[in-house]
Amino acid sequence: MNAFKDAGHLFRLVAVFVVGILAFFGMRAFLVPKSFGQYGHYRGDALAEVAAHPVNFAGHQACEDCHTDVLEKKKSGRHAHVNCEACHGALAKHAEDPGPVQPAKLDTAVLCVRCHEANIAKPKGFPQVASADHSTGLPCDTCHQPHSPAIDTGETAKVATKETAGGTK
Amino acid sequence: MSVTRRHMLLLLPAAAIAWKHVLAGTPEVSPNYKLSEHWWSMLIDLPKCIGCGNCVRACQTENDVPDGYFRTWVERYHVTDYDIENPHVDSPDGAKEGFPPSKEEGGKNFFVPKLCNHCADSPCTQVCPVGATFISPDGVVLIDKKYCLGCRYCVQACPYGCRFINPKTATAEKCTLCYHRITKGLTTACCEACPTGARQLADLKNPKDPIHEFLKTHSVQVLKPYMATHAKVFYNGLDGSVR
Repeated sequence: MNAFKDAGHLFRLVAVFVVGILAFFGMRAFLVPKSFGQYGHYRGDALAEVAAHPVNFAGHQACEDCHTDVLEKKKSGRHAHVNCEACHGALAKHAEDPGPVQPAKLDTAVLCVRCHEANIAKPKGFPQVASADHSTGLPCDTCHQPHSPAIDTGETAKVATKETAGGTK
Repeated sequence: MSVTRRHMLLLLPAAAIAWKHVLAGTPEVSPNYKLSEHWWSMLIDLPKCIGCGNCVRACQTENDVPDGYFRTWVERYHVTDYDIENPHVDSPDGAKEGFPPSKEEGGKNFFVPKLCNHCADSPCTQVCPVGATFISPDGVVLIDKKYCLGCRYCVQACPYGCRFINPKTATAEKCTLCYHRITKGLTTACCEACPTGARQLADLKNPKDPIHEFLKTHSVQVLKPYMATHAKVFYNGLDGSVR
């Protein structure tokens, strides 16, 4: 036992280290969130938190489930691949509960020119007009039906325009 | 047994720890969504972009982006015939309301939508001192708002200028590739609102995704390939003048 006669201070030092290391791991277990390191050097729960953000755009599938008539009209026209919410805006609330939440009425004079106003930087094949010259201030849906914009000839055009005027303007 | 002051002092921290665990419950990522089955990217077909700004407005609506800040924006390039090194670029209010008529005639004119490139080797995640930004197992660069200190290292590190500090939360913010939508089987808000299909969400791990055929048959580039960020936003028909 003589070997440890003057070693008391060493034992105390070891004890201090042991307590220190235990305290470190104790604090670490308490302070570091459980999901930290689940996938990498970050909190795994953050993924679910980001994914929990509410959805505002319902997606065209949701629109098409109910509005099959509009889908039919769009199919034949050049707006076939334009999703509903591209013009009508975010309508997830309407898709959830169609009754009380109604889409806002659209103003074709504002809406159409966003895409179709002539601009030198637009692709050459894209249909563009200088709206001031093209329609002399009339709203676009006077002649064009937004869901299938090619101008019909004859009487069908007027009927279609009236329908559209009720629906979108 | 009566609760003494000594007992009370011991009980309070214990109760605090218990309450923390009660509050810690977090919602799950969508139940049928497997992180390991996806590797998200985006395709931007520049010859289709008409600079309408629908994507910018859709993003702001979907993600509550504060006014004057952008998770995606559209730039208009004007390149004169002989000066490809110095293009004139404008993006009025991020093209939120589209573009006014071009002032300059002639030369080359086109639009370039920009957003986070969701780099596979992203500089922004490498510089974060607290692990608040990371590449998710499905390939999306995300921010943990609760962990972010707002130190701005990542804002400086991003070679594409895609990050900003949200003035309300004072934390870093950027495009999440609409993580809340793509994990539910929807496309991103910008792709949903794009009228010409110039933006397409793509899943590189899905063998049926049309992206594979597109990448094989088109001249596709990423922005700043020399930064070795392994960006995953692919641009079709990208002009050499684009920065």
